Formats: sequence, C-alpha cells, structure tokens
Amino acid sequence: MSSVQIDEKHVYVLPFEELRVNVPREIMWGETSIAVFKTNKDEVHAIENSCPHRGGPLSQGIVSGDHVFCPLHDWKINVTDGQVQAPDEGCVKTFDTAIIDGAVYLIDNA
Amino acid sequence: MTTRKEKLVVVGNGMAGVRTVEELLKREPNRFDITIFGKEPHPNYNRILLSSVLQGDTSVDDIILNTYEWYEQNNITLFTGDPVTHIDTKQQFVISEQGQKVAYDHLIMATGSNPFMLPLPGADLEGVIAFRDIEDCEKMIDAAKNYKKAVVIGGGLLGLEAARGLLNLNMQADVVHLEHYLMERQLDETAGDMLRDELASQGMTFHMGKQTKQINGKERVQAIQFNDGEIVEADLVVMAVGIKPNVALAADSGIETNRAIVVNDFLETSAPNVYAVGECAEHNGIAYGLVAPLYEQGQVLADTICKKEQVDGYKGSLMYTQLKVSGVDVFSAGDFREGEGKKAIRVHDEFEGIYKKIMVKDDKITGVVLYGDTSDSPRLLDMMKQGEDISDMSKAVLLPSEDAAGGQSPVVNMEPHETVCGCNGVSKEDIVQAINQDGLQSVEEIKQHTNASRSCGGCKPLVADLLQETLGSDVDIAQAEPLCGCTDLSHDVIQEAIKSQMLTNPREVMNVLGWENEEGCSKCRPAINYYLNVIHPESYEDDDRSRFVNERVHANIQNDGTYSVVPRMYGGVTNAEQLRKIADAADKYEVPLLKVTGGQRIDLLGVNKEDLPDMWADLDMPSGYAYGKAIRTVKTCVGEDFCRFGTQDSIGLGMKIEKKFERLSTPHKVKMAVSACPRNCAESGIKDIGIVGVEGAWEMYVGGNGGVDLRPGDLLTKVETSEEVMEIISAFLQFYREDANYLERTSHWIERKGLDAIRDEIIDNMEMRNVYAERMETALEHKPEDPWHSLSHNEKKRQELFERKPVELV
Ligand code: SRM
Ligand SMILES: Cc1cc2nc3c(=O)[nH]c(=O)nc-3n(C[C@H](O)[C@H](O)[C@H](O)COP(=O)(O)OP(=O)(O)OC[C@H]3O[C@@H](n4cnc5c(N)ncnc54)[C@H](O)[C@@H]3O)c2cc1C
Ligand code: SF4
Ligand code: FES
Repeated sequence: MSSVQIDEKHVYVLPFEELRVNVPREIMWGETSIAVFKTNKDEVHAIENSCPHRGGPLSQGIVSGDHVFCPLHDWKINVTDGQVQAPDEGCVKTFDTAIIDGAVYLIDNA
Repeated sequence: MTTRKEKLVVVGNGMAGVRTVEELLKREPNRFDITIFGKEPHPNYNRILLSSVLQGDTSVDDIILNTYEWYEQNNITLFTGDPVTHIDTKQQFVISEQGQKVAYDHLIMATGSNPFMLPLPGADLEGVIAFRDIEDCEKMIDAAKNYKKAVVIGGGLLGLEAARGLLNLNMQADVVHLEHYLMERQLDETAGDMLRDELASQGMTFHMGKQTKQINGKERVQAIQFNDGEIVEADLVVMAVGIKPNVALAADSGIETNRAIVVNDFLETSAPNVYAVGECAEHNGIAYGLVAPLYEQGQVLADTICKKEQVDGYKGSLMYTQLKVSGVDVFSAGDFREGEGKKAIRVHDEFEGIYKKIMVKDDKITGVVLYGDTSDSPRLLDMMKQGEDISDMSKAVLLPSEDAAGGQSPVVNMEPHETVCGCNGVSKEDIVQAINQDGLQSVEEIKQHTNASRSCGGCKPLVADLLQETLGSDVDIAQAEPLCGCTDLSHDVIQEAIKSQMLTNPREVMNVLGWENEEGCSKCRPAINYYLNVIHPESYEDDDRSRFVNERVHANIQNDGTYSVVPRMYGGVTNAEQLRKIADAADKYEVPLLKVTGGQRIDLLGVNKEDLPDMWADLDMPSGYAYGKAIRTVKTCVGEDFCRFGTQDSIGLGMKIEKKFERLSTPHKVKMAVSACPRNCAESGIKDIGIVGVEGAWEMYVGGNGGVDLRPGDLLTKVETSEEVMEIISAFLQFYREDANYLERTSHWIERKGLDAIRDEIIDNMEMRNVYAERMETALEHKPEDPWHSLSHNEKKRQELFERKPVELV
C-alpha cells in the first residue's frame, strides 16, 4: 500500500497504535533522549527530550493540542516545530517522523 | 544630493550606551552611521535582572533588551567581544582589540564600571568572583551544582540579592558586612536590622562588623578569615563591595577623569565631540550606579548630539532603590540621614513589621526609607522630585497607615509619565494604554503585554490597583480573575456549570464553556479533572493526561529528571521489616540519597524513571502520596503509651485517620497531625487539620499552614471521643473538597470563607455534618487502588509511562 521505502535512514520506534494521544513516549537513540508525541490530530512528532530552559524531560509534560508544558517550570513548547512560546524564548531540536504500514519511524537526516 | 551620514561610535554595548542610541534613533532615525563596540559577547541585556536570573525567576534569554535583529534593522554595526583599546581624540578614530579602526564625528563613552575586588591575599583563587555580568551569574549557577558553601562579602543591595540567589540555588549563604547594619547606604539602622532579621529567617547567616583579612585555599578557595581571626568555610566567595567606574581607556586617551569621566551638563567630556554617559560618567562630582539616572542622561545626550534646544541640560538625578528579594519590601530614596535642620516623621509597627521614615528639611522631603510596605513610594518620590512644600500636610496624609489611607491607592495620584515598574521602566500611561487597547483584564495579562511586574514583582499591588482604577469599580477583578489564559471564567463559575449543565468530561467542559485553546493548558486541565472527580465521584474516570507528571507517575520529579519515592508509614510509625526493605531497595537501585522527611517518613531520592515500577514492587509498601494534591501525612507524637505527659493515644488515632483518608484527592495537599498534649510535639498547630489531646478530650484545629504563608490553625471545636474526631474530619474535608478552588490550601480557603461559615456548616448543623460525612463515604468507596501496586503490575502502563525504549536505524 505504502509507496514510501523504508531505508537505512529510518529508525523504527513503535506501532502507531501503541502511542496514546497526548501521552508522550521517551525513546533513546544512542545517547539522545527523544520525546515522541501523538497529537489529537493523530499526527506524530518527535523532539529532543530536553527543555531549553534547564533540561526538563519534555516527555513528562502535560500535552495540549500542539503544545507540551515542561514538567519543571511550565515552559510551553510547540511539538511540531520545537519553538518555545512567549513570553519565554528558545527552541528544541525536532526530528522528522513517518508513519509507514502502521509503524512510527524517525528519519535520520544527519 | 546625498549627504554623508555622521559617524557615531559608541564604546560600551551596555544599558546606558544602547539606551542613548535608542533616544538618538527616536529623534533622527537616518542621520547617523552607528557603530557600537562591546566587550561582552552578548547583545545589550538588562543587567539589573541578573539578580532575577540568579534567583531562578527568569532566564538569561529573557533579559536581552536588544536582539541582534534590532541592531540589524537599525543598520547598526555591532562588534561584540571586541573592546576598544585606543582612542585618537585628535584625528577622531578608535581602534579595537581585534584591529577594527573606525573614525567618528561623535564618540560616546559608555563603558560602565568594573566590580571592585578587594585586594586581599587569595583574591585570585578559583571560586572568588564578582557579580556584574552574565558570566558571573553562570559561574554561580555552575558552582552551585558542585559546591555548598557560599560567602558573600558585602551586605549592600547587590550582595544581598546575590545571597538570596545563592540560597535559591541550594547553597548556604553567609554574608559578611563591614558595618553593623545592612545596606547602610540606603537604610538607617532600624530598617537595616529589620531587614537582617527577615533575611536571617530566609536562611542567610550574617557576620556583621567583620573585616576580611584573607582568603584561604590551595587552588580553589576553602575559607575566608577575618581580622579577628575567625574563619568561615567557603567554596565560593562573591565580592559585592562596590563598583569602580571604568575609566582606564578614557584616561589613557587624555580625556579628563576623576573618579569617573568628567562631564558637564551636556554630558560633554574634555575632548571635543567625545561624550560620556552612564556609570562611567561623573557629573557634579557624582557617578551614578543606577539605571534611572542613566536613562535621564541618555535623553539629554541625545538632545546634545542632535543639537536640540536644551533649556538647562542635565541637572543631576534623584537616587532611589528597591531591593529585589522576594518576601522583602525595601525602598530608599534621596538623603535619609538625620542631621542639622532636618526632622523625621516615623512610623514603626513592630507587629506588622512595617517601618517608614521621611526626612524633612525646610518643609521639603529630602529622603525616604520604607520597610515592609512600600506602596507609598511612587507618591513620595514624586513629592521629592517636584520639591513639594509639605508644611500644610498632616503626618497622617504623608504616611498613611494601611487603614487610614481611605482605601485609595497611591497609584491614583500618580502622573501618567511616572514609573510604576522600576525594573522594566514601565510607566503608568504605558499600562493604562495597554489595558484599554488590548482589553486586558488581569495582572497576569498586563505582565505579558507590558513586562510590568515581570521581574521583582514589587509593583504588583500597584499594577492591580491601576487595573481596578482603569476598568472602573463595578468590575470585580478578584472575582473576574479567570481560571487560566484559556477562559474568562472563574473557578466558581466553572464548578457551577459542571454541576448545572451536567458536564462529564474535560473536553466537554472546554467545548461547552467556550475555551480558547481546544485542549486547555497545564493550569486548567488538572483543575477541571479535579472538579469532575469531586462532582461525579461514582462515574468519572480520572484523566491521567490532565495530571501533572508527579501525579501521573506517582513520584516527585527532581530537577535532573529523576524521581523521589516516599512510601507511606502510617502515623510515622515503622518497623524493622519496612526499614530492611527500604535499605535493600536503596542498595539495589543505587539510590543516591535517603532522607527522613519533614513528614515523618523516609524519602528515596534520585531514582531513575525506568526503575520506579520495579522498586515499588520490591518495596511492597503503599505510596505515601508525597507528590499529590491529596492526603499527605498524619504526623503523630509518641503519646500516652510512652510519654510521661501523654493524655491520649495519639499514634492510634493518627494511624486510623491516615488509613481512612489515604489516597483521597483534595483541592491542594492536606496535612494532618495528632499530638497527645498541648506541648504539641507533632506540630498540630500548623496543619490543615491538627488534633491536640487534652485530659478527656480532643481539640481540633483547622487551616494551619507551615509553608509560604505561615498560619496557625483556628480552634474549630473540642470533642470527647475519637469517633467524633473522625466524623468531623470527614465532614470538614468533604466541605473543603466541594467548596474550595483547586490549588487553594485550607488556610487560604478559611481566610476567604471565615471560620464562622465553616462552623455553621459542619459543627452547629448536625444535619449538614451528616450529609457531608455521607458524601465522604461515597468518595472513599471510589478511591483509586494503591497506585504503586497497580502500576507495577500493569505492563502496558509500565511501557507507556516509565520505559525509555532504545531505538536504532533499521
Ligand atoms: C520531602 C519534603 C522535604 C523533606 O525532605 O523533608 C518536601 C518536599 C517538597 N515539598 Fe514540601 N516537603 C516536605 C515537607 C513539607 C512541610 C513540612 C510538613 O509537612 O510537616 C511543609 C510546610 C507545611 C505545610 O505544607 O503546611 C512543606 C511545604 C511545601 C510547600 C508550601 C505549601 C504552602 O501551602 O505554602 C510546597 C509548594 C506547594 O505545595 O505548592 C512544597 C512542595 C514540595 C515539593 C513537592 C516541591 C515540588 O513540587 O517539587 C518538594 C519535593 C522535593 C523533591 O524533589 O522530592 N512543600 N513541605 C517533605 C515531605 C514530607 C512528606 O513526608 O510528605
Ligand atoms: C546584579 C545587579 C543588579 C542591579 N540592580 C539594579 C537595580 O535594581 N536598579 C538599578 O537602578 N540598577 C541596578 N544595577 C545597576 C545597573 O545595572 C547599572 O547601573 C547599569 O547597568 C549601568 O549601565 P552602563 O551602561 O553605564 O554600564 P554597563 O551596563 O556595565 O555597560 C557597560 C558595557 O561596556 C562594556 N565595556 C567596557 N569597556 C569597554 C571597552 N573598552 N570597549 C567596549 N566595551 C566596553 C562593558 O563590558 C559593559 O558591557 C544592578 C547591577 C547589577 C550588576
Ligand atoms: S524540599 Fe521544600 S523547602 Fe526544600 S527546596 Fe524543595 S520545595 Fe523548597
Ligand atoms: S526546564 Fe523546562 S521549564 Fe524549566
């Protein structure tokens, strides 16, 4: 069905169904901890699991719409583009994702 | 015809230099070709907010005043990290360290000052620093990660703000001061001593009247030693003893300097077309060390350079300061010293911790010191600035006590241009304009739109008053304060709507009540989840996605992302078996710290997320809910079985209470205690519910709080049997659960409702007492299982919440 090729740039994460809306999952890709989100639009996004403020684990935050609230000091971060929302400033690294045949992948663009 | 732009060079990319450039751009946006040199590797930032950064209230990124884009947009050439090293005042050019040579038609010196470092033996050791710039701030934050003992030399404004910051960074903070009282340049002895008492209670240790002789250590500092031989251990020393205007460059270039660079009323130095502004400038013998004067100088200098008609140039500034330490209100202005021909008006209320002094000479106010209540400061400052004759005013008008002020806020009489927020330089008219234009309704919104009250928060009451005044008295701000930014509705209205419209899940509440953000935010989600839980105890299914991380994973998140685990020990009683299990778990999971908590149980701190479920399974003890908006602990004293004064079985009752109410969710946390006599060893007087045994009876206190707003509990009633105690606790807690706003502790709730209202409902009215007690039974029947047990036995939840799944390229 899917025309997308799974190649050596794909990192298998988990079955799409196992990801619960608004409950982020933490994965470890080598040394990098990444938070993977499924939003209420059934989109999957992945960002570095470290808040630009003081490194809070974003995978532990409350998720509302496209935003996650950092569990340490409540910064609000957009999970689709990694941008910190006003009045705070900064951004988090984002990772491309793909859903292929019911599975979630990260794409290594490095 | 194109005219050549005039070349303007600014040495110093700090608050004074850049503010002057802003003033110039306001007047003549296209006239100058501007180059700014800065020694620091940053764009211009708000130096005064470094204190807030250190205290953890804001971040370095937050205090940038002019972004790199700003420089670009205004065509300013900026060299950061590149100080000017040479000025040729004849040929009119400057040379920088990295070899930039730039000619000028106008040169502004704005080099600020350097911190004054005491030339003590050992001052060059690692760990001895000043508090002046971002780098210093970062050094302190870093030091706090590895070291514990900080000593601040200097008990002035800067030293105390540094010490408060170090406390917030979990360091011990000792303050050494040469004088016998604090902030002697801004305060008199009375106020200085009050300040010391307050800061000591916040955790600072003071060494007054001490002169430092040397700093000891090998590579890094280990201690400081005073002249009298006393030694204080230290692994970080912050010198905050004063500043030294940065004049070397000017002096080397043949520009006249004294303490600072000498300027006239038009900020001109001795060299043609060279000006100085800010802390490096000395006008009439005064070099100012505050931002308000430098902003005034910036305006005059911009006028001078743009050749605007100036009536009298710069005439000096009035100095006033405020201490930016939370929990302390201190204000000082002008010359407050006593002396010949001067008289003082004083108000000193030792009960409320308020002290106010006005010095008057020739019927005019010359200086002001305010401690504890600084709400009069804008008005008094204005009277000083205007040189108002006060001979006709009564003392009560000058220094109204809080009751006598007739309810009128000082902000009402402020002029539009007067500054309300000193930290961020926001005037009354800025705020009023924002309220009117953007339809602002709360202090929070004003903060976000204007920055007012964003830093030290000292002006918050004024901002609130101004909001009330601007919106008119028929708008009740306290009531209108919405639950959060997603809605205009208050807690009360939302609770009512859930009941009357029979709303049953969070999405529905938000849809029906017109939420602005579809899924709410971190403030409203937990609140709505709580209200639904209380209103529909039998049918509502808890939404763990609306819970703060601690309540979702049933442990307390730590600053490094690990968790702490506090097993329940009913009534603070434990036994060898439990202790052995805790010890084994601590070994097995390499727990970095075991600590006895203030709640009479043991905390295992620093546990990795993925170890939590296994650790719980091993411990096989119930969760202590140390993370929850829920029943926390019931502290007990030993009681009648052992203590020679004990009158009752405090342990027995405490355990019974804890077993009955554990895992019950409440608007905020609920702490209880049972003591067996009025000596009150379990601290029942500062608990949400505190029980004190007396001969043949129990006293019940409610609304006590030992936290931020210390409050002794009120005696609710005295009963004879422990059954009655249980029943009243049931009724009281259920009333609180149904009536209070989410995140309202019992202490605040009782202040709001009044003790009588609570007595009427559950003490004097037996019928209502039973109704509440019954509803409590229903709530208890539907309490969740012990979460540690259920989570550690639920494979799906384990994966979802605790796993850190390793992944790799396919
Ligand atoms: C562990 C403990 C300190 C200790 O080592 O002794 C503690 C630790 C925390 N307290 Fe506390 N409090 C602890 C006893 C207290 C006490 C003393 C007591 O309970 O007898 C108080 C004052 C009494 C009171 O609450 O009336 C206390 C007043 C606070 C407050 C201020 C509450 C207030 O209404 O003013 C907070 C902040 C809050 O809850 O919003 C707080 C919040 C916290 C948090 C949860 C902060 C947080 O949100 O991360 C701390 C978690 C630290 C961590 O990283 O694990 N803690 N805290 C104590 C746990 C007791 C227990 O066994 O459950
Ligand atoms: C922690 C702290 C808290 C404070 N709190 C308050 C407060 O609450 N209220 C208040 O009014 N004031 C406060 N102040 C004082 C206030 O910050 C200063 O008065 C103000 O910043 C002075 O501005 P300035 O431009 O003269 O100097 P600065 O802001 O120091 O700017 C001078 C800049 O010039 C640079 N420079 C120096 N030499 C050269 C060179 N040769 N070439 C290029 N660049 C050079 C410096 O590196 C510096 O960046 C506080 C200061 C500190 C450190
Ligand atoms: S444990 Fe309590 S008092 Fe200690 S730092 Fe944390 S919140 Fe503050
Ligand atoms: S670490 Fe994320 S808000 Fe502070």
